[in-house]
Amino acid sequence: MELTKDEEKSLNGEHGEALQIAYRILSATGEATDAEKLVPIDWAHVSGVNYNTIGDAGEEFLATLSKNAKFKVRTTVNPMGYDKDSVEKFGLDENFIQKQESIRESYKKMGVIPSFSCIPYEIYDMPQEGTQVAFAETNAAIYANSIGKLKTNKESAFSALASAITGKSPYSDLRKDDSPTMSIAMKVSDPNELTFGLLGYFAGKVADKSVAISGVKNLDKRCNKSLCASMGTSGSCGKFVLDDNSGASEKVDFDEKEMQKVYDELNTTESGDMVTLGSPQLGLDEMNDLTSMLKGRAFKKRCLIFCPRTIQEQARHLGYASQLESAGCELMSDCCTCLTPLVTKKDVDRVTTNSIKGAYYYKNSSGLDVNLKPLSKIIEDETS
Amino acid sequence: MTLKTIVRGKVSGKVIKSIQPINFLGSIDKKTGEITDQKHDLFGKKIADSILVFPNGIGSSVGAYTIYSLKSNNVAPAAMACQKVDLTVASGCALANIPLFILSPDEYENMKDGDEISLG
Repeated sequence: MELTKDEEKSLNGEHGEALQIAYRILSATGEATDAEKLVPIDWAHVSGVNYNTIGDAGEEFLATLSKNAKFKVRTTVNPMGYDKDSVEKFGLDENFIQKQESIRESYKKMGVIPSFSCIPYEIYDMPQEGTQVAFAETNAAIYANSIGKLKTNKESAFSALASAITGKSPYSDLRKDDSPTMSIAMKVSDPNELTFGLLGYFAGKVADKSVAISGVKNLDKRCNKSLCASMGTSGSCGKFVLDDNSGASEKVDFDEKEMQKVYDELNTTESGDMVTLGSPQLGLDEMNDLTSMLKGRAFKKRCLIFCPRTIQEQARHLGYASQLESAGCELMSDCCTCLTPLVTKKDVDRVTTNSIKGAYYYKNSSGLDVNLKPLSKIIEDETS
Repeated sequence: MTLKTIVRGKVSGKVIKSIQPINFLGSIDKKTGEITDQKHDLFGKKIADSILVFPNGIGSSVGAYTIYSLKSNNVAPAAMACQKVDLTVASGCALANIPLFILSPDEYENMKDGDEISLG
């Protein structure tokens, strides 16, 4: 990758350690993806905020980095480990809270917008189509490319952080060429958001950078988010298009049999001790929807709903929050299903959810059993 | 000859070869370097000081922090070698200073689990 004289100086440490680290990361990601140069980006979305996922090494790294680093472009952040408003209810240990607060402080020092959300695309205005951004959270990167028509690679926590500090990203992969190399024919009838989650998980496994999906006309937000999140979990694919005539050379079918295979990989039990909704966090439309679906009903077991802080505030203002709470839901902000210490083996063994991404991390990281169902079925079975 | 060097370094060690891609978040214990995903073909193996050979990284962007943590906890592989390098593995190795190589298809094919090799 060609660097300008100034970028070269930064890489050699002439502009300080923070920029040197950032350019070292971008040089590696640039080489790995055969980039020719770096291009300016308008917005970085950084992951690596939850103490549960980044640990002591991550916390110390960010504390040191934040002494010298400043974000150069608009930078938003992923969820952290808990909701500050309700943290005392969950009995987290002091060390966790202390380390989590240190991480929050480090990002603040570097100039972050404290979004603590995995759905930046639903809480901020999207830039013009074609704008280069650097999104680390995989569901957000896929959503930005596929629905927002922005340009980002499926960034890592460090590559997005480096882009936040330098305002640049290697010009490669999806930034350069996002034409699909594979086409997946959707053959499952009457699909819901869980079906699209299963399709996304399958697509992530079989497709490389960009995939076309045929046989689907349009998707509502819940299905789109489910598809983006599961695709990001299982593979390296960073974009999808709904296109019946994509011209992609490789073609595969997603039928009942393939769907069942993915379902059997992730669903490990037929019922849960509690229900969680979110991963990705719920947006305002989904909160509204859920409020209508729950009219006159209440959950028979504990139900946690994860949504961004700003969405919770709007939902409160519009009256959805109180209705959801009357139906037995607990609203959680600043955190999300995936790897939150709020849902662990200490309290539950089995979780019911409609999130494929949530299921993957419950199973693999938290060692929990998962009962996967679409939202409509969750409401049918778990409320009265 | 390796196809491309992403993070420089000279290393020797024993190959641990994975058939499946690796999601560094959620399938490795960052304190012990043990693979904890029961469905993974490296389940139960410890990757410390090995030359970890795998097709490519997948999944979470936060996996880069796992790679960095493995190094900080002294349980990182001595080097990694892949068929295809994704941004998570590239950036994690760059920050942790773990030598990282892209292998040619032949080389990848010929590298066997348990081989003693030198790279870089």
